[in-house]
Parts: sequence; C-alpha cells; structure tokens
Amino acid sequence: MLRRPSNHRFRPLRRDPVVISALIVAVCVTILGGCTKPAPPRTPQAPTKIRVAAATDLRSCLDALTDAFQVEHPSFDLLPTFGASGVLLTQLKSGLETDLYLSADIAYAHDLAAAGLAAEADVFESGQGRLVIWVRNESPIDVAKLGGEALLDMSVRRVAIANPVHAPYGRAAVAALDHLGLHDRLKEKLAIGESAAQAAQYVESGAAEVGILPMALAKGIRLSERGRFWVVPAEAHPPIRHGGAIHARAIDREATVAFRDFLLSPAGRSILARYGFEFPAVP
Amino acid sequence: MDVTAAWLTFRLASTTTLLLAAIGLPLAWWLAAPHGRGAGLRGLIEAVCTLPLVLPPTVAGFFLLVATAPQSVVGRFWAGLTGSTLPFTFSGILLAAVLMNLPYAIGPFTAAFAALDRKLVEASWCLGESRAATILRVVLPACWPGIVTGLVMTFAHVVGEFGVVLMVGGNIPGITRTLSVALYDDVQALDHASAARTATVLVAVALVALVIVQRLARQPLAKGTGR
Repeated sequence: MLRRPSNHRFRPLRRDPVVISALIVAVCVTILGGCTKPAPPRTPQAPTKIRVAAATDLRSCLDALTDAFQVEHPSFDLLPTFGASGVLLTQLKSGLETDLYLSADIAYAHDLAAAGLAAEADVFESGQGRLVIWVRNESPIDVAKLGGEALLDMSVRRVAIANPVHAPYGRAAVAALDHLGLHDRLKEKLAIGESAAQAAQYVESGAAEVGILPMALAKGIRLSERGRFWVVPAEAHPPIRHGGAIHARAIDREATVAFRDFLLSPAGRSILARYGFEFPAVP
Repeated sequence: MDVTAAWLTFRLASTTTLLLAAIGLPLAWWLAAPHGRGAGLRGLIEAVCTLPLVLPPTVAGFFLLVATAPQSVVGRFWAGLTGSTLPFTFSGILLAAVLMNLPYAIGPFTAAFAALDRKLVEASWCLGESRAATILRVVLPACWPGIVTGLVMTFAHVVGEFGVVLMVGGNIPGITRTLSVALYDDVQALDHASAARTATVLVAVALVALVIVQRLARQPLAKGTGR
C-alpha cells in the first residue's frame, strides 16, 4: 500500500466529542466560578454568619443552641467548624479565621488571649462537661449497673477515647481511668480518636466495644438513640471547664457578642444543661 | 449532599487542572526533550515532581503548613501581596492541590511527549512551520490523549485530595470544606446517610474520570512507528 490509511492520530479532537464537550464545559464553568464574588455584600435578608470554631463535643448542642438563638435573632446564623479543642487552637494560631472559639478547656481560650488573638476580657467560662462510659444498645454489657467495671468486661477488646494530647475529654478519660485504677490494665486496649467525635464514631460503628465520651455527645440525637451510658463520677477527673473567647479579628463583633451573651443566659444554659453541662458557682 | 462543598470541590479541581496545564505542559516538554544537556538537573526536577506521589499526604501537609504559616518567608510574602494568610484559605488549598498533583499531570504529559516521534517535529520545521505552529498543529494533536489523561487524572485526584486539604485548609464550610473533607465531617457527626450520598458522588466522579481515560487510551497513541 502506497497510501497511508490516514493520519488518524492527529484527529482525536474530532473523534471524541464527549471528552471535548466535557472539557469545554469544565473550562467555562471554571471561568464563571472564578468570576463569582467570594463575599457578596450583606443585605438585610441574608443572615449574618457568625463563624464558630467549636470543640467536637458541642456538635449536637450547638444545633439546638442555634435554633433557640435564631428565634430571638433571626438575622444571625452560625457557621460552625469542629475539631479537638487543642487542634483548633493550633489552627487559630496559624491563621484560621473565626469569630468565636468554643473550647472544651478554658485554658485554651486563655492561651488564645495570651497569643494576642483575643482580649483577656473576652474570655468566658461556659459550663462544665461530664464524661460517660458509652456502649451500643446491642452490647451485652450492663453499663448502668457495672459502672467503671464495664471496661473490664470480657467482651471489651477496644476502649475508644479522644487523644489526650490535644482533646480535653481525652485527658479527662485518662484521668478517670487512673482514678478507677484501670489505666495500666487497659492501656493496650485504648483506641485513640483524633477528637471526642472520632472516639464516638469508633464505638458507634462497633469498631470499639466501649467508649469514654463527652456526655454532650451521648445525649445528642445520634448517640442517644443508639446506645446507653453511665456517667463517670465528677471526682474521677479534674473538672472539664468549657470556655471560649471572641476572636480579636471577629468580622461582626456585635453579632458574636449577642451569641456569647445568649450562650451564657439562662435560656442558653438550660439548653446546655439538657446536654449534661453543669454550672457550679465559680469560686 | 453538601452543594457548597460540591461547588467548592469543582472550583478547586478545575482551577488546579488549568494551572497544572499551564505549568505542566512546558515543564513536561522540557523534561521529555531528547538532547543530553542538563540531564542531571532534569532528573532532579523529575524526581521532585514525582515526590508527592510517594510522600505521605500528612508529611506534605505538615511542610506546607509550616512553609505557609504567617511568620514564614512564603507567608510574609503572600501577606504583603494580598493582605491575607495562606493556610485555611482557598488560595492555600489551591497551592497545596497544585503541588500535590504535579505527578498526576507531569507524568502522563512527559510520557506523551517522550513517545512523540521527533521526526514529525523536525519535518514540520523543515516544511517551514514556526515553533508555535509546530506545537499547536503537530505536537499537541499527536500527544492529545496523554495530555487529556494527565488533566483528567489531576481533576479526579484533586476531588479526592484529603489529608493535605484537611491539614492546610482546616474544615471551613464554603472555603476549604471539599467533598472529601465533608465526607469525613459527616462520619464524625455520625451522619451516615449524608456520608453515603457524598461517597456515592465521589465514586461517580472517579468512575467517569476512568471511563474518559480509558476511551482515550484505546485510541492509538502517537508513537510514530509503522511508517
């Protein structure tokens, strides 16, 4: 054959309209996307977003708090991001922008103020959290009767806790294990979650048989319908003093202060109390 | 499913793909050039571009976080330029995505350019075509399947990028919460239904990407053999 069949390889463009049209659409949408204004000017209709960096144990109760808050302030909305309190503090120090920091350990809020990212006067205490030992509904362990002994049950291969290095509930869990004299016996069985929420996910999914979790999560809608728990006595661990701070670079300070005030008001506290928070008189 | 996260993911993936096309194509052309000069440097650059493939994402994320912190050289330069910080912003995860996906773009690009018969380029020159015209009318059409493979792989991989985005971007709705991070967030919130929906979308994106790549792979690559 003298004639080459064709220089087909130079024409894949025409040959595959699917690929080409997909690419064209992608490019067009990208250009459109690039043109979108990152922050549209605020109109009275659009709610003011209060950015909240919150400890993971607040996941459930922050929804309830937001709903109640919006009854009084329909023009405000919350934009929460969750993480272990210590991890959030590190992120805030490396430039994470937020309006309000809600930590499971007030020491971190003071730490934020010490770093110059919040005024010391804007640090507040918001209540004390409690720790529970949690098992799934189908677990054979009678956690209410056994209490701390539940951790020694034969069926327990893994005990989920949050990372004590940067999660206040992880530290409390280790302290409670020490108090109950179980830490050395259970050391090998601990499954360390990145945050309290991850520890909850370990035990909720069945990967761990027992979890030592924040009561606020155990009382949340997800865990409360899937399991039961025993409240660890308060004297078993140092108090888990929740606290927060208004960020020095809060965009809408007025809105943030309004939410902070609601959080500390009797209405806010009654919601927090439903999730196991306590408000002992501060000495 | 989280529409904001989906839109953000799409914007991140397409911007990264465009940037990597702009950076990667010239770089790959240089890496694939046959002449011997600068071979050592070429090898080094190629290794650096491949590094993200073997580096644990957390390691890369940690270095990026340190390198772009407000106190760092890059961080100060960026703050002087734009007045904002890189970590926990869209620009920050975009930078991370571009760096982490270098191998997914450069690899197929370089392979396609290297497989191109040099004689075609030289013939084009001899026929009086300029360098630009040769690239547009000979090189790009002939290497098109490899280039699209690189672009599609990049896009798909950015959609799935997780460790680095979480580390450099945090988990901020609308700014750095991509679909992969939203999925992680859903699992943390024990919202399995939402997690399943997000995961399904991610599987679909991956599948579509692979179908496109396979379609292109079935076309004969320009190897310049059999004349």
